[in-house]
Amino acid sequence: MSDFKMPSLGADMDAGTLVEWLKQPGDKLGKGDVIAVVETQKGAIEIEVFHDAVMGVHLVEPGERVTVGTTIARLDDGEIEEPEHEAAAPPSALPATETLAPAAVAHIRKPEEERLKITPAARKRAEEMGIDLQIVSPDAAGVIGLAELEAAAKGQTPILTRTKAGIDPVEMRRAIAAAMARSKREIPHYYVSSDLDVTALMTWLEGENRKRPVAERLLYAVPLIRALCLSLAKTPELNGIHEGDVFRPDEAVHAGIAVSMRGGGLIAPAILNADTLDLDVLRKALADLVQRVRAGRLKSSEMTSATVTISNLGEKTADMLMPVIYPPQVAIIGCGQIRETARFKSGAWQARRVMTVTVAADHRVSDGRIAARFLNDAQRQLDHPEKL
Amino acid sequence: MTAMRTITYREAVREALREAMARDERVFLMGEDVGRYGGAYACSKGLIEEFGEERVRDTPLSEAGFTGAGIGAALGGMRPIVEIMTVNFSLLALDQIVNTAATLRHMSGGQMSVPLVIRMATGAGRQLAAQHSHSLECWFAHVPGLRVVSPATVADARGMLWTALEDPDPVVIFEHAALYNDEGEVSAEGDLARDLDRAAVRRSGEDVSIITYSGSLKKALTAADTLSAEGIDSEVIDLRSIRPLDNETILTSVAKTKRAVIVDEGWRTGGLSAEIAARISELRFYDLDAPVERVCSVEVPIPYPRHLETAATPQPDGIMTAVHRTLRR
Amino acid sequence: MTQEQSEDLVKRILFQVAPELEGEDVDPDEPFREQFEIDSMDFLNLVIGLNKETGIEIPEEDYPKLETLSGCVAYLNQRKGQT
Repeated sequence: MSDFKMPSLGADMDAGTLVEWLKQPGDKLGKGDVIAVVETQKGAIEIEVFHDAVMGVHLVEPGERVTVGTTIARLDDGEIEEPEHEAAAPPSALPATETLAPAAVAHIRKPEEERLKITPAARKRAEEMGIDLQIVSPDAAGVIGLAELEAAAKGQTPILTRTKAGIDPVEMRRAIAAAMARSKREIPHYYVSSDLDVTALMTWLEGENRKRPVAERLLYAVPLIRALCLSLAKTPELNGIHEGDVFRPDEAVHAGIAVSMRGGGLIAPAILNADTLDLDVLRKALADLVQRVRAGRLKSSEMTSATVTISNLGEKTADMLMPVIYPPQVAIIGCGQIRETARFKSGAWQARRVMTVTVAADHRVSDGRIAARFLNDAQRQLDHPEKL
Repeated sequence: MTAMRTITYREAVREALREAMARDERVFLMGEDVGRYGGAYACSKGLIEEFGEERVRDTPLSEAGFTGAGIGAALGGMRPIVEIMTVNFSLLALDQIVNTAATLRHMSGGQMSVPLVIRMATGAGRQLAAQHSHSLECWFAHVPGLRVVSPATVADARGMLWTALEDPDPVVIFEHAALYNDEGEVSAEGDLARDLDRAAVRRSGEDVSIITYSGSLKKALTAADTLSAEGIDSEVIDLRSIRPLDNETILTSVAKTKRAVIVDEGWRTGGLSAEIAARISELRFYDLDAPVERVCSVEVPIPYPRHLETAATPQPDGIMTAVHRTLRR
Repeated sequence: MTQEQSEDLVKRILFQVAPELEGEDVDPDEPFREQFEIDSMDFLNLVIGLNKETGIEIPEEDYPKLETLSGCVAYLNQRKGQT
């Protein structure tokens, strides 16, 4: 047996609320299977297992909020367990006078205190009345009983706007604040920028998209990400994880893609092995990721695996951004909008399309020269879009 | 309308004994000091003069001996009533009660029956200290083959004995020692016999079910009266029979009020209150609007001093507090 | 297809692309991008939706004509007339 613990789904996560179990005791689990959904500051995340096993027991019920590292299930993975020796209870001096004082009862109930306590009767009645319990105000102790339900039904208490299994903008802002404050506190950033020429890319793309049906057309973000990932694969100093004063470069490029939420906030889940995906696979992966970010349905591996982040402002936004690294990563690539400009090239002024690309990187790991080399390599990739 | 008269719980028990012996010559009473002394709680005062030493028999101080003799007499066709002074002393007779009286019908394949009635006093409240004051009803309620009843009112004390004697199997009747002086009404005429099967709703209410029995009933009713002044409408259920428990009455009430407070003078751990709470959560979980509350005796041997004895046993204040908790007030 | 039907169609597709906007009033002349923080991915999905519903092939050069509700309606009517 092994313990399955509440994973940390980001540098800023300290607890999560179990939304539902997708695998029941006895179910066979394969590596990568999604076993549960956990609600975090960044929405509902699908939690995956990383080895073959059989679901043993669930130790946490839907609705319970537990801290990162808490065992939430036991998995049977065929390993023999050391029998646990229960510590012998010290003999009581007065065995007959053991009392179950109210304090002891309160202590036993404590773990429940953080979650919403809905009485069985209230749950049943709410179902009959068709009332969503999420909008009912609990009492001071966090309990929703028949009294609270009836008060809500009569409009005597304020209707709550608790977001359902999705994203709480306040919580998300708090999460971004925590991660970015840590980044600015701990990571000595340096910034290196170039105006990359994307004329060749855009010309090629327009021709390519003319050949493609609407549904298969490429956003310029797709070849851009592809080009940046190919260059990142050659620049290990920008691609990896810095933890406990040690930098571990990664062989694979798991590219975190910053996706903005309408109404504020952003999430940067990873496209795994992005440097190995061809344009069409990458196109689908990107569309799928954006759709799931906005629906609040990501996988735990996507939340934790990024080795670098790409932040692409997109069309009609701004020319340049100076991004902040998402710890424990060591670099983030910021792409401004594409603009038309005049460039002196091959002895003449030419109309060109350029994009300001800024590398923010961790000075504990690399120097400006590395970022410059990366940008030059990226320019070479973008000059030959047909090879992407 | 039936004419009513007021008698004490003790008089009710005595009348019931006299009636039983008058109606059926197979009935006789035996136990410590039941004859010349008139019973430890004076329940059989005057009966030896009326029915003679053959039918009101003083026994040696041997609970195992005279309970066993009662079982033998019952097997031989008599209808004995064995009085054990207090439930604490009944432990000396547990072997006879549990291993013999409760088992013979089953072990003989139905060929033998033990139509024995055992009466005993139970409970605290009379400053009789730890060896005379406990409430061990749940020990007997645990045993298949026994029927266990607990009259909490004068009318039940008057009416349950005859029904118990008609039962072909052993019946244990618990009389709470703090009730003997209480007065209550019984019918002036007619058949006073009462059933042994059903719990009784002693007070009807909508907000919470207070489930209790024996000496705690009057405390529950006192609490319910005070609570009603606060606008809390309590239903009070008197179990009457504690083996078997009347699930239907308990569960119907809880389904209505959605809240349950169990008041049991026994201890909390492994007690009757635990059994009732378990049944409620097994069978009416989805109706509950609050955790089931229990008001039980503090887990100490019942103390001798008055103030500690009071503090150790369920009282109206504690019942009210538990009711408030179920209503989250 | 009437003016009104075209408008309803465009709105329906917009709300499919961005379900959280469902029920919002749409200013016919303000670009979607500014009104609703519609990005290029959303816009592509809108174009895909229009193509799927109407069968009209929409070349990339025409994208600027589809930036507003009124633009979309005018474009659909014009293209529908051609076929």
